[in-house]
Amino acid sequence: MAAGRPVREKILNRHVAWWVAAVVVAGVLAALPFFGEKFTVQFVTRVLIMAIFAMSLNLLVGFTGLVSLGHAAFFGVAGYCLALASPQYQAASLWTSLPLAMLASGLLALVIGLLVLRTSGVYFIMATLAFAQMVYFVFHDSGIAGGSDGIYIYARPDASILGWRPLDLEQFADLHFLVLALFLFAFGFIRLLRDSLFGRVIAGIRVNEHRMRSLGFATFRYKLACFVVAGMIAGLAGYLAAVQYGVVNPEMLGWHLSGTVLMMVILGGMGTLTGPVIGAAAMLLLEMVLQSLPETGGVGLGRHWQLPMGIVIVLVALFLPRGLAGLLARRRAPVADHD
Amino acid sequence: MDLPTFLIQLLNAVQYGLLLFLVAGGLTLIFGIMGIINLAHGSFYMVGAYLAWSLTSAFGSLWLAIPAGIVLSVLLGIVIEWLLIRRLYKLDHLQQVLLTFGLILVVEELRSILWGNDVHGVPVPDPLTASIALTDTLSYPVYRLWISAVCIVFAVLLYLLIQRTRLGMIIRAGATNREMVQSLGINIGLLYRFVFALGVALAAFAGMIAAPVSSVFPGMGNQVLILCFVVVVIGGIGSVKGALIAALLIGLVDTFGKVVELQIGSLRLLPELAGMSVYLLMAAVLLWRPAGLFGRKS
Repeated sequence: MAAGRPVREKILNRHVAWWVAAVVVAGVLAALPFFGEKFTVQFVTRVLIMAIFAMSLNLLVGFTGLVSLGHAAFFGVAGYCLALASPQYQAASLWTSLPLAMLASGLLALVIGLLVLRTSGVYFIMATLAFAQMVYFVFHDSGIAGGSDGIYIYARPDASILGWRPLDLEQFADLHFLVLALFLFAFGFIRLLRDSLFGRVIAGIRVNEHRMRSLGFATFRYKLACFVVAGMIAGLAGYLAAVQYGVVNPEMLGWHLSGTVLMMVILGGMGTLTGPVIGAAAMLLLEMVLQSLPETGGVGLGRHWQLPMGIVIVLVALFLPRGLAGLLARRRAPVADHD
Repeated sequence: MDLPTFLIQLLNAVQYGLLLFLVAGGLTLIFGIMGIINLAHGSFYMVGAYLAWSLTSAFGSLWLAIPAGIVLSVLLGIVIEWLLIRRLYKLDHLQQVLLTFGLILVVEELRSILWGNDVHGVPVPDPLTASIALTDTLSYPVYRLWISAVCIVFAVLLYLLIQRTRLGMIIRAGATNREMVQSLGINIGLLYRFVFALGVALAAFAGMIAAPVSSVFPGMGNQVLILCFVVVVIGGIGSVKGALIAALLIGLVDTFGKVVELQIGSLRLLPELAGMSVYLLMAAVLLWRPAGLFGRKS
């Protein structure tokens, strides 16, 4: 008892500190439209959207140990769903189109998941990439959705319920509030999921799937459920991205985006709650900085920003395998490193 | 479909499949022996095609461009293995995916800076410009037959190298037990560098000989990379035989998928979705044999 109290207090303190930090960050983000410039607010909105996307991939890569290289398929399909559900030059209803888009992503994840989860390891990486590319080619080559040019969404979704309109999504501040609310919802949901029995089981699968199976868990079903949930949350992000940009195109489904979001997860620190959020912010900031690089030695580095970005990705893969969160954790507790 | 058309499509399918095998064979070799998943493999195919184009314009003939291009791509492979890949052996697949993804971006941008973003054509080299007449209106270009022949020769050479030579024996032993081979006094690091350079050279060589028929364009590497992954998933990873059979299957399915699409096209039966046939084949194989046709169960 005597030894238990300080430890319990320490845990309690850390718990309180976590909640205080979370409330402060959420408060600052919520207040941002009242003092920030339009550009800043829109940038932060974009970061939050990509953070939702990265968090969803983290469910697979970080929590379950499934390295998916085709996660953009679920992101893009939800965006296309909004574009196709919107009547031309008119707004779709937020309350029907958002669930519809997430449902479509979930269904696609179910079908692809049933196939790719039969494989593991490197096969899984290749199969997810290949099936995502199949989805890409469906939208790229067929006429149903504007082909390689994509579709414009002329009016942002209408948020009114029974005549009452809490948000006007054409206003950047209102869109920011919606994205922030959904971001907090997704963050809280993933936190609950991580600490639930489900979360423990998928963590067990990551460490040793055979053992979990011997314990009587139907690991395939858990992995499939996780794949579908991750697909639906990616769909939420893709829907919001389509709302913000007002356009969808096949690049939203492409392997390039799948690779970028994987980079966000790893850069931030996979398997942690805040890692993907930090990673998304860091990647988008880096992208912005690199795009504004000046012309050096006759080469427009800003135009060829993917060159320095590629070098950064290579360096992160070699020297920061546990991401920025891992860097901080290592500095705080150098002994707690046991893989 | 009449017989000459069928024959032409069949030859096209085989040529396409064999070319795909040359690229996918290198990919599966690098994975099977070194345990490295290399997303940048398609980029080496693209580099090969661009080398063929720029060296042909410099030397005036593809026959001079190909040997020079092979030397350059082997050097490229050695440098990349020495600089990056050798650091990956101890890391897991996630780091390999990330690093080689970064490598794709670097290669794409360097290509854009060095060679621009235009589409280029490479002329068919001199003695092979002829076509064989099949009927009064249909003929088959000799160059495509030459591609098939060259690919078969390379496939046989690769098989002999891996299965029948002392070097191949050491390579196979290294794939099974790296430490053991090393303790027998063999420089495994050097050996892996050679295998990686061989894989890069195979991909680049495929890009070079494909350049006159497929033209040279940005993004051609990624297209090939995805198809290579499909080949490896269908054939079974690390299996060169599986890669050969899967590549030929994909060549057939893709080519005839498009032809049949033309015929059903008048009925408007989702003609755009013919490109999906390859992926449907992959889905079927995953349902039937998740480890691929020739893969070992893990």
